[in-house]
Amino acid sequence: MKKSEIKDLQKYAVKVRKHIIDEVYSAASGHPGGSLSCTEILTVLYFAEMRVNTKQPLWEDRDRFVLSKGHCTPALYAVLAEKGFFPKEDLLTFRKADSYLEGHPSMRYVPGVDMSTGSLGQGISAAVGMAMAGKLDKKDYRVYAVLGDGELQEGEVWEAFMAAAHYKLDNLTAFLDHNGLQIDGRITDVMSPEPVADKFKAFGWNVLKTDGHDIEKILESIGQAKDCKGKPTIIIAETVKGKGVSYMENQAGWHGSAPNKEQRDQAMAELDKVLAELEVE
Amino acid sequence: MADKIATREAYGNALAEFGSDNRIVVFDADLSKSTKTDNFRKKYPERFFNMGIAEGNMMVTAAGMASCGKVVFASTFAMFAAGRAFEQIRNSICYPKLNVKIGATHAGLSVGEDGASHQAIEDIAIMRALPNMTVISPADAVETKYAVKAAIEHEGPVYLRLGRLNVPVIYNESSYKFEIGKGIVLAEGNDAAIIATGLMVSAALEAKELLQQEGINARVIDIHTIKPIDADIIVKAARETGAIVTAEEHNIIGGLGSAVAEVLSENYPVPLVRVGVQDKFGKSGKPDILLQMYGLTAADIAKSTKAVLKKKTGR
Repeated sequence: MKKSEIKDLQKYAVKVRKHIIDEVYSAASGHPGGSLSCTEILTVLYFAEMRVNTKQPLWEDRDRFVLSKGHCTPALYAVLAEKGFFPKEDLLTFRKADSYLEGHPSMRYVPGVDMSTGSLGQGISAAVGMAMAGKLDKKDYRVYAVLGDGELQEGEVWEAFMAAAHYKLDNLTAFLDHNGLQIDGRITDVMSPEPVADKFKAFGWNVLKTDGHDIEKILESIGQAKDCKGKPTIIIAETVKGKGVSYMENQAGWHGSAPNKEQRDQAMAELDKVLAELEVE
Repeated sequence: MADKIATREAYGNALAEFGSDNRIVVFDADLSKSTKTDNFRKKYPERFFNMGIAEGNMMVTAAGMASCGKVVFASTFAMFAAGRAFEQIRNSICYPKLNVKIGATHAGLSVGEDGASHQAIEDIAIMRALPNMTVISPADAVETKYAVKAAIEHEGPVYLRLGRLNVPVIYNESSYKFEIGKGIVLAEGNDAAIIATGLMVSAALEAKELLQQEGINARVIDIHTIKPIDADIIVKAARETGAIVTAEEHNIIGGLGSAVAEVLSENYPVPLVRVGVQDKFGKSGKPDILLQMYGLTAADIAKSTKAVLKKKTGR
């Protein structure tokens, strides 16, 4: 990929972060921390990788995406709106009673959302089902999912991992948004799922590691995942919860709280600065 | 009565019979010999998937497949479908209204020897409280067959409540018609109405004979669809008989009896007696003995009908 294309993706990521802050600020609730940590992953998937059609969101040959950590839907909505599935202005209706942008994503209401999620542990199972359907129908679409690292504490995740390896779903690629934090603190303090790479390997998956904020490295990992035959791939993406907003970074407290006006303005100023730097270079 | 066939057997046979439709996929959780989905597997192995002893994952994987245009039958015992996988069914099947049909076998006390841990007596209550869910509890093999067919044609989630025990075939296939949400009057009568579901329908027919000997003429209604409930047939029965008995192999809390009580109290209140499990767990034993122990026989229905008649005349 050309340098200019990488830079475009980096710019998209900043725009997505700005949407996330505005969505959560206007709703006065929502989950900024984990949305900011998976921003580059979603940006790369929707702007550089996935085969989707905004005019035909239910196109049967499209690649599928499941946000298994459904609470991070501000990031998903931002990417879908930037992509053109629905108007960007609607993002400011997030979580409001007269809006279709539910607090957790609903496939029935939101164009581009492939699976309703929100209850942790279930999204990855749905992705397994989509990948099985793809194999059964001999379709070449791919299925992507993003899991949280706290989410690994849900037993269903491991049932799904077992099934994906058993059915050799090499059309399935999952990302682990490994930001190390959950609501009550560090994942290793609350209920450690580590060592995650060893566990994924033991469950029969192809395991890759990447920097979850580095566009080029994410792209490279996706390429490797597509080359792997006979096994599903998990890309362990090392990330920072709250990435891109100084006071939110690595703070578990920003898992599920909204910024006030002053905090919102500061976040926007920080992100605008990054965007301006990217424009200049 | 003629043949006896378990509704689970009829379910497995129906899947095999109607399975030529390529959209149909069957999942099981290591119970395919018991749920009889193995009958489908033998014919269409490429569209059968064993998901192992992991019911939560099975339900949501079925949802994922359904989102890709499949009609997925996900089978396990009622206990582990409605019970263990409740929240998966709620959030990943009912909320997005996906085309997953839950074939829940071994419902009720008639599971027998396996005992209370395997006897779902609350599944109807749990499943009918879910928006978008259709709940069907067939009475015999013929009804089961056409319930499966209707489930395939119906757009959205369906819970099929099936039994382990061989039960009498009460319907004649050549004249039988199944429609989701439409009860069936099996026998006319105007003294009282017995409204039954599942294996209690044949017991209700026997109870009618017992009552007949005492000069009581009871109507017998098969409510195969518990949700959406056939309010019309229930209100009509209330108007014309003035006394209702419900009969189900389920807790009296939340099941058919409750659903009928809801319809009556909002539309046409008449005396009601609910035959069912009296808010107790089951136990091990032969199915027929358990049904006697827990008051789920034709004689119990007849006794309750006489009791409800007293309430009616006492008004």
